[in-house]
Amino acid sequence: MAVDASTSARGDLILKNLTKSFGEFNAVDDLSLVIPKGSFFALLGPSGCGKTTTLRMIAGLEEPTSGSIFVGETDITDMKSYRRPVNTVFQNYALFPHLTIFENIAFGLRRRGIADTEVKVAVDKVLSLIELPELSERKPSQLSGGQQQRIAVARAIVNKPALLLLDEPLGALDLKLRRQMQIELKWIQTEVGITFVHVTHDQEEAMTMADTIAVMNKGKIEQMGTPEDLYDSPKTAFVANFLGQSNLIPGKVSGIDDNNLIVELFGTKVRVPKIRSSATGDSILVGIRPEKFRIAAEGKEAHGNVLTGGVISDVSYIGVSTQYQVEMPSGREINVFEQNDDDEEMLRKGARVVLSWEPNFTFALDSNDNPTGGSF
Amino acid sequence: MAAFKGTSAKVFGLTDNKSALPYLLLLPGLLWLALFFIIPIFSLGQMSTKVAGNETGEFIQGYRFSNYIDAFSTSMEQFSRSFLYGILATLIALAIAYPLAYAIAFKSGRWKNILLVLVVAPFFVSFLLRTIAWKQILGEEGPVVSALRALHLISPQTSITSSAFAVIMGLAYNFLPFMTLPLYASLERIDPRTLEAAGDLYANGFTTFRKVTFPLSMPGVIAGTLLTFIPAAGDYINATILGSPSNKMLGNVIEARFFKIVDYPAAAALSFTLMAAILILVTLYVRRAGTEELI
Repeated sequence: MAVDASTSARGDLILKNLTKSFGEFNAVDDLSLVIPKGSFFALLGPSGCGKTTTLRMIAGLEEPTSGSIFVGETDITDMKSYRRPVNTVFQNYALFPHLTIFENIAFGLRRRGIADTEVKVAVDKVLSLIELPELSERKPSQLSGGQQQRIAVARAIVNKPALLLLDEPLGALDLKLRRQMQIELKWIQTEVGITFVHVTHDQEEAMTMADTIAVMNKGKIEQMGTPEDLYDSPKTAFVANFLGQSNLIPGKVSGIDDNNLIVELFGTKVRVPKIRSSATGDSILVGIRPEKFRIAAEGKEAHGNVLTGGVISDVSYIGVSTQYQVEMPSGREINVFEQNDDDEEMLRKGARVVLSWEPNFTFALDSNDNPTGGSF
Repeated sequence: MAAFKGTSAKVFGLTDNKSALPYLLLLPGLLWLALFFIIPIFSLGQMSTKVAGNETGEFIQGYRFSNYIDAFSTSMEQFSRSFLYGILATLIALAIAYPLAYAIAFKSGRWKNILLVLVVAPFFVSFLLRTIAWKQILGEEGPVVSALRALHLISPQTSITSSAFAVIMGLAYNFLPFMTLPLYASLERIDPRTLEAAGDLYANGFTTFRKVTFPLSMPGVIAGTLLTFIPAAGDYINATILGSPSNKMLGNVIEARFFKIVDYPAAAALSFTLMAAILILVTLYVRRAGTEELI
């Protein structure tokens, strides 16, 4: 009856043209994706983007409207959830309140008819992996949130699935514990070598843990890549704004030199590396991350790309850095983060400043992209 | 308002004592219980050891504890019948109510509230009337008998009313809401994600029910069976209306002793015996069902 997950086909997770419609609305829209075996993969997006629905289809808790799901060579699209070589760490954990921690973790093994002695060995091993061996006879309600979270992971990985799905697993924890669990989950993943598919709306969480991130929006994947790729070379305004913050400023391409586009921005010429532009036309959005700017009082020396004529309209000091809002003569606001790493005096509101940055830190998008997409 | 508060606090002698509030809240209930439960129980206890006086209805305290033995030994049959009928009615009610409560809790969607109202709707009609209605439904001219006869499931001579079957059915029917509501309450509390988690951990639908849903609904099962069994075992209306003389339960005997034979001591002794027996059985049952197994 039960599937022996450890011997069933292992390999990459492949989603082919996966679609899930609720009436007229496509929660997941023609999604195709290959998640390599053994990777830590994050589906990142705002609520309602279809990431949880995608996860539930992989788990077998939701039936796709069309498309198919493969693990290696095996088509699991129509397989019942209890037959899939897939285990899930649920949001809020869904531990069995009436069973001890030991029996919670042993649940999947027992369903597969594994002998008591082997169950004991496997459960003890996973309990020491998550460093909670002393809790085995407790009930879930006697555990803290962080402990319950680790038990939920243990209950899933003890089955050695081909694939572990994590649905916002850290959402219920406080910030400090969340940071600690991010590191721990990453460590567990390296330790057990199972493919992790992690769904989250928290970009920091995704960037800390995942090898590859797919940013989802409206049922589709906006962009997929390593955290560095996505942050440094976003291909859409949605990605530029959802991962960190971006200043997206409309500009016009006025020429080309060896490796750079020459772009007219607020009447000044700036350089943008060709390889970091995904724009096709002459009208583009120039993207600069707030922390890439250097900010100085007007009249001071500046190099690289330079914008003059800005006036500080707002200052907030947040410890490691100071955040400035600079109003350009055209009325457009630019966000600037300045590290508090020198004893130069903080610039005051109303001060006239000159902004500069290294051309290499600039990216460019098509101007028909919505420059506020993905900002929340 | 402040003046009033001060006065009332003084009256109860509770100046600046917030911990007195829970007791104040308990007071009306305790008074009610004392007046209508504890005092009657005492007088019933006193009555149970009295002996008959010279006139009918006059009883003198004689501390005759053998009243209990006499009363019990003459009504053993009705006594065991009360428990048998009570248990059977409880099992039937459980078998009907569990799927019903399950469907309302998990499958009813926006019909949930309407279905819950329907479950308690019979309470709008008096208990007595509903039982008499069952007499007609199960009667010779009623739809059940004619249908069963037409299908040759029972012989033309067999009737259903005035039988143990009718009494047990009546009991199961009358106490069904007491079974359904606690079951619903405990099923509704189950996080559907724990059921998904069971499926995710290789349990098929039946195993999920056996290992997760049912154990998690145990508080409801225990509450429901107690709320059904206790009144069913003590009931006499169903046996009176739907049964024959050979289906009499202990409640009928007590009623007869009180109101027809006017043998108050025997009636009181039987009431006490029934109460004690139910108490012992319920204690054993709750122990056996194990509070440990509950959350």
